[in-house]
Amino acid sequence: MKKEELFARIEKAIIEGRKSEAEDLAREAVKAKIDLTEVIEKGYVPGIQKVGDLWEKGDYFLPELITSAECMKAAMAVLQPELDKANIKTKTKGKVVIGTVEGDIHDIGKNLVASMLSANGFDVVDLGADVKLEKFIEKAEETKADFICLSALLTTTMLGQKKAIELLRQKNLYGKFKVLVGGAPANQKWAEEIGADGYAENAMLAVKLAKRLMGA
Amino acid sequence: MIKTIRPKLELLSRRFIEKIIDEAYEILDKQGIFVENKEALKLFSQAGMKVEKKTHRVHLKRRLVEKCLTTAPAVIKLYDRTGEREYTVGGDEVHFDPGSAAVTILDHKTGEERKPETKDLVDYCRLTECLDNIHFQSTGLISSDVPHPIADIYRLYFGLVFSRKPVVTGTFRVESFRPMKDLLAAVRGGDKELAAKPLAIFDACPSPPLKWSNLTTQSLIDAARAGLPSELISMGMTGATSLVTISGTLVQHVAENLCGVAIVQLAKKGAPVIFGGSPSSFDMRRGTTPMGAIETMMIDVGYAQIGKYLNLPTHAYMGLSDAKTNDAQAGLETGLGAVLGALAGVNVISGPGMLDFESCQSLEKLVIDDEICGMAYRLISGIAQREDPIATDKFEGFTPETQFLSMPHTKKWYRLEHSYPVIADRDTYDAWVALGKKPIADRASEHVEKILRSNPPALVEKDVRNELTRILTAYAKANGIASLPALP
Ligand code: B12
Repeated sequence: MKKEELFARIEKAIIEGRKSEAEDLAREAVKAKIDLTEVIEKGYVPGIQKVGDLWEKGDYFLPELITSAECMKAAMAVLQPELDKANIKTKTKGKVVIGTVEGDIHDIGKNLVASMLSANGFDVVDLGADVKLEKFIEKAEETKADFICLSALLTTTMLGQKKAIELLRQKNLYGKFKVLVGGAPANQKWAEEIGADGYAENAMLAVKLAKRLMGA
Repeated sequence: MIKTIRPKLELLSRRFIEKIIDEAYEILDKQGIFVENKEALKLFSQAGMKVEKKTHRVHLKRRLVEKCLTTAPAVIKLYDRTGEREYTVGGDEVHFDPGSAAVTILDHKTGEERKPETKDLVDYCRLTECLDNIHFQSTGLISSDVPHPIADIYRLYFGLVFSRKPVVTGTFRVESFRPMKDLLAAVRGGDKELAAKPLAIFDACPSPPLKWSNLTTQSLIDAARAGLPSELISMGMTGATSLVTISGTLVQHVAENLCGVAIVQLAKKGAPVIFGGSPSSFDMRRGTTPMGAIETMMIDVGYAQIGKYLNLPTHAYMGLSDAKTNDAQAGLETGLGAVLGALAGVNVISGPGMLDFESCQSLEKLVIDDEICGMAYRLISGIAQREDPIATDKFEGFTPETQFLSMPHTKKWYRLEHSYPVIADRDTYDAWVALGKKPIADRASEHVEKILRSNPPALVEKDVRNELTRILTAYAKANGIASLPALP
């Protein structure tokens, strides 16, 4: 199969959300010893970008969006060990540590945000729900993250977003990570009030926000 | 006299109901359900169920759940603050209460949502007290001017101080149950008295799919032991946290609720429990949880029918809207929900006043919805024969000049047969123009002000109030909160 043909098939597999095909094509690329950064840049990325476009146009709904995001993840899981072996650093849009703050088990929105960030080229560490505030900071330091994303759905737990920022201040780490907040009770005003770097109302806007903050 | 039919809505055949229940039992047994609470796991273990310690997965046997169903009461009695007025929760009785735990309030003056404060909470409690078709109050607003750790108990305090109505409430933290129960017991004069005449219902949500969290399981156990009814609020979101089909979501709903019934009965045999929910038809485009979707209401009516089949009292989140303001959508979705819920005979219907997916309360909407609930009540009271003969005697000596308006028959029945709304516009066009062409929200706002102005607060007796204040401040202190907003 010619390179271009492979890229086109990869793009299509992502757009149409066919997981095993997206994985198989990744394996094929590895076997054919094609430059993997090129495979990602010219096959997978255009695919997920088209998915984003189809979403914005209103053709795609969440099931298509999330299925494609999962295909992307599955294919990357095939490619990543190879990239590591060859010591190739892929261009990530940024590193993200995300989770729902302690005391709060609402995680559907957080999962959507994590999936969409990941599908759009961000490197995402998902800590899950009901996560200790210290844990966010530890993980962010450990992974040299660009973002800490805090989700909270309860008025009681949204206070955790504020506390996390206070904790960063105490540890002299404020400003080192960009802190994004979200969830039903949060809003732009709250983000400003507590000194967060941004707020987004939904997963697609969260991707836009993160891209903007990375200067992309 | 011919018996009046109570109009009823059913969406499932008996065979369909039984199939849904069978599949729910099969899932509970084979796949099991996660229960993240030590005490509950112990109860299940003791009852002979297989418990996987590491994963907190319980395999529930049908025979245990069926046994639990036989001890769960079919009818629950609630009593108001005075202990005198009794409400029956069961059969086809319908009680509306405002949608609970709103994060924002719609400010009529600015037309925008904002964070509620203590004053809003007081107005909200006083207003609810005065609305005839809203039988229960709910701890419906989260006050933003008190520290968050006491937000759940703070709202209950005001409900008890400013309104006589029974309360639909719930905990946000495991620690909150105790002080909340203490507040309720203070009103009754003791724990035993409270159990004998329950004043509140505690909402507890399983976490879909197939999981009961530590917080809400503890709430079930604590409420059962205090003799207070729990309301099981299963809330699958189609295609996001439950199967996308309505029937598939019903199977999961029933499985989660049956597990809840079992927890309650194992904690205390005979404890009251309500088969409720707040599922939604997940919006695949926007990732939101529309409560005003017709499919959401179909799920509600469906599981309520199953709850009745299981001989349990029922509850649903209906009669609310996803609109952001009191517009046509708000009226449409609320009206549909209230009417369908009433026709389905859902015993507790939570929703009035709510906008924006269960997140915003509006006082204006609450008075509009009171009128909507009134229409729903009128509908389910049905068409009555009233007199025998119905008409022939009234037509004796009929001439074209016969006056209906002055007939004694008219005077006798017109207020019973018909209702006369305050807020809905039934003026002539000219009268409407003369009154300033006011939109419904403006008329509602004037009505809110009138109610609050003309009805003195239904304050609790002074000594009870002092005791409630003592409990609240002690709890606040224990949580490191030295001062509370000046209590009105
Ligand atoms: C589903 C749900 C649940 C499910 C959660 C299942 C799960 N696995 O997540 C269950 C049943 C478990 C649940 C439990 C409870 N819930 Co609940 N729940 C909801 C509900 C109906 C929908 C939330 C949801 O998933 N929405 C869909 C997702 C896609 O949207 P989202 O979460 O808002 O996320 C989007 C954006 O906010 C944003 N976003 C989210 N996170 C982030 C993070 C960042 C960094 C960014 C940039 C953006 C972003 O992007 C997301 C995607 O578009 C809301 C009502 C509401 N309107 O929010 C109540 C609600 C949040 N729950 C509420 C309550 C009270 C509870 C309970 C305390 C009830 C109880 N007593 O049992 C428990 C809490 C348990 C706990 N300790 O956390 C209240 C909160 C009230 C308050 N004032 O705090 C609400 C508002 C409902 C109500 N009015 O009563 N709940």
